[in-house]
Amino acid sequence: MLSKAKLWLSLALSTLLFWSAGLHAAWDLNMPRGVTQMSRDTYDLHMTIFWWCVAIGVVVFGAMFWSIINHRKSKGVQPATFHESTKVEIIWTIIPFLILIAMAIPATRVLTAAYDASESELDVQIIGYQWRWEYRYMRENMDEEEVSFFSVLATSREEINNGVDKGENYLLEVDRPLVIPTDTKVRFLMTSADVIHAWWVPDFAIKKDTIPGFINETWVIVEEPGIYRGQCAELCGMEHGFMPIEVHALAPADYQAWYAEQQAGVRQIRELAAAEMSMEDAMAQGETVYNRNCVACHQPGGVGMPPVFPALTGSVKATGDVAVTMDTLVNGVPGSAMAAYGRQLNPIELASIITYVRNGFGNNTGDVVQPSDVTAYIEGGQ
Amino acid sequence: MSATHTISDAHDHHHGPAKGLTRWLYTTNHKDIGSLYLWFSFSMFLLGGAFALVIRAELFQPGLQFIEPAFFNQMTTMHGLIMVFGAVMPAFVGLANWLIPMMIGAPDMALPRMNNWSFWLLPFAFSIMVSTMFMEGGGPNFGWTFYAPLSTTYAPPSTTFFIFAVHVMGASSIMGSINVIATILNMRAPGMTFMKMPLFVWTWLITAYLLIAVMPVLAGVVTMMLFDIHFGTSFFNAAGGGDPVLFQHLFWFFGHPEVYIMILPAFGIVSAIIPTFARKRLFGYDSMVYATASIAFLSFIVWAHHMFTVGMPLAGQLFFMYATMLIAVPTGVKVFNWVATMFRGAMTFETPMLFAIAFVVLFTMGGFTGVMLAITPADFQYHDTYFVVAHFHYVLVPGAVFSIMAAAYYWLPKWTGYMYDETLGKLHFWLSFIGVNLLFFPQHFLGLAGMPRRIPDYALQFANFNWISSVGGFLFGFSQLILLFVVIKCIRGGKKATDQVWEGAQGLEWTIPSPAPYHTFETPPDPKLIHAQ
Repeated sequence: MLSKAKLWLSLALSTLLFWSAGLHAAWDLNMPRGVTQMSRDTYDLHMTIFWWCVAIGVVVFGAMFWSIINHRKSKGVQPATFHESTKVEIIWTIIPFLILIAMAIPATRVLTAAYDASESELDVQIIGYQWRWEYRYMRENMDEEEVSFFSVLATSREEINNGVDKGENYLLEVDRPLVIPTDTKVRFLMTSADVIHAWWVPDFAIKKDTIPGFINETWVIVEEPGIYRGQCAELCGMEHGFMPIEVHALAPADYQAWYAEQQAGVRQIRELAAAEMSMEDAMAQGETVYNRNCVACHQPGGVGMPPVFPALTGSVKATGDVAVTMDTLVNGVPGSAMAAYGRQLNPIELASIITYVRNGFGNNTGDVVQPSDVTAYIEGGQ
Repeated sequence: MSATHTISDAHDHHHGPAKGLTRWLYTTNHKDIGSLYLWFSFSMFLLGGAFALVIRAELFQPGLQFIEPAFFNQMTTMHGLIMVFGAVMPAFVGLANWLIPMMIGAPDMALPRMNNWSFWLLPFAFSIMVSTMFMEGGGPNFGWTFYAPLSTTYAPPSTTFFIFAVHVMGASSIMGSINVIATILNMRAPGMTFMKMPLFVWTWLITAYLLIAVMPVLAGVVTMMLFDIHFGTSFFNAAGGGDPVLFQHLFWFFGHPEVYIMILPAFGIVSAIIPTFARKRLFGYDSMVYATASIAFLSFIVWAHHMFTVGMPLAGQLFFMYATMLIAVPTGVKVFNWVATMFRGAMTFETPMLFAIAFVVLFTMGGFTGVMLAITPADFQYHDTYFVVAHFHYVLVPGAVFSIMAAAYYWLPKWTGYMYDETLGKLHFWLSFIGVNLLFFPQHFLGLAGMPRRIPDYALQFANFNWISSVGGFLFGFSQLILLFVVIKCIRGGKKATDQVWEGAQGLEWTIPSPAPYHTFETPPDPKLIHAQ
């Protein structure tokens, strides 16, 4: 009777489990096997150790629960009097030691392979910022346009604050993903501009800290085209949970086409930055830039979160000398969370955000800053 | 026997506890100070637990519901700091105060005035630390590991107060450990040789040496932070020629022995409880002592396994991987010895035994994930995810905290003179056991599936297990109120406890009356009462 009830219960439970799994695949129990040799080796290592632990657990807990069931006072047993055995102690010191050696050998092999970053075909620099990633593609020819861009969370504040339904890739989507070719040894050179971050993509089995003043290296050969997602893994301040990583792995030919397109884009922005901007255009674009880059700290309406994140309304830096606003945006405020945006944003975006903070939030200075002003300011060595 | 009782009663009359608040302020009595430590620890446990429930409430569903990310980071930081330095460590010091003199046949701790001071520093240290949350810019928000430069250049202004609080706590811990060492080395009763000491005394002796060795390193590292923040040095600032990774090396040189500081006394407690309720001597006493010493030694040479992703050279990674794996050997010996002690005993399952058995099973599960984390390439995947959160909560909650609860139930009749309510004790155990597993087991899955730790919001595929974990968290948290109720009820009365309390209990503390008189062993106990453990 009891066993029948148990059978029904386990059937019901497993049905529920599978049904839910089919529904939204949110019952992932294990590590992904991934798309690189390294990630598969890591997965196999993980499973090997896991099964060793299960085996040891079955033996140890088995012995323990057998004793608990059989050697209880209520069964009228008399306690034994033995309390030591050097032989047994030596056996259960040596056996775990041998098991550990059996685990250490494959672990050493996989780790040694992971350290071989030589002969890479493409180098990409990854720079962590509070709270975004910059990707810079290393050029072979310094006369070419440099492809480099920032990658920022694309999930809207409304989704995070439960104003609208959350999308499928909630918190794991960015405005501009890192793009790399498949079947190519790509080396990542990692550093940080402020605090320590960690760049992690589970499908690649890569997690490495980006540390200010250091360059760490790691590498990947992705075997299948696709979109791979990850997150910053090292606590890096307020928005640590909101700096995801999105990598698009393209077939080499597609990658080449993408790369050429990016270089053309760099040339195009250079031309556009020479043109004049109207107040309306600057305010409209400034709002977009603000909502993507500034709103987390300075808050909607520019009210800020004093004293750490100052309000923009009536701020001396926003309403005083235009050079001060420009300096704050371009060079940041060293030693604070205010990043240097001089390289994160292009001159058009910079000009519009400066115009926006000087004319929005009740700051009616009436100035329109032009992209050419910003370019001149940056090139002036400020 | 009755004659000595009369004498000690008359003695109590003259030197018994003072009345009112001054008794607790001025006390130099190890039992009073032990109680102060335990009550302080319990109040910090509830406060740190409340912070944890704020975290679990926010993580109940994806999206931001209750708190802002900036406050969330303060919650994770304060939860960790309060639980480590305010709940677990003072609880063990409180048990040491109560039990070590009674276990070794000493009249009190060796340095009673310092004992008073080392306790009374703590409420001030924690008031300072908690008050930072009401300061401009908020309290510490950089995690309990406070990695530079997030905790220096980018830290809120209140960090200076945090540094001061850590210094005061460290001074308290160092004084507490000096006291433990001085007591154990100098005040053992005649006949209480080292290899006859109860394991709780042994594990605390070794723990005290660990504390003295590493607390100054923590003090040093926070002082370097202070200089970086206020005096223009660049210990951890790369722009000034410093090294942010140096911070991590120093922190974990403190931090890893700290982990064992929080678990070695737990081993001692469990090694006292299991033999009592199995009615059989502890198996392999000598190897338990040697295993404890080996774990303490290894704890100094494994620190960088917390830092496998900082980019150490291959040789460094391999050394720290091998050294870390080695810890499994002495830890395994301990677990095997506990199982061998139960084997062919005559067991009963009162509340202390239930907590002790749960300790062995669940701590061992934390040990398994510890071995997995030692494997460096696999650690690249586990590091800084909920897998790590699950691992260290398994060793700290059903590990260290369960052992403290087991100790409380086990010695409560000796402290109060009354038996606690067994039914409520068992209810507390089972709710805690179910709650803690619901809370932490699903976090293994979350980590493996890719959820980083210390995030206030998460992607949708992590929703289900977070939901389960939060339910478990609230169940576990509110179950602790039962413990409070049981303890108060037991202090107020109940069935009178006998001197020995438990049928199988061995050791000097069970030879004195229940409740233990205010002063015990003013004359050394009869050496014939001292048996090998």
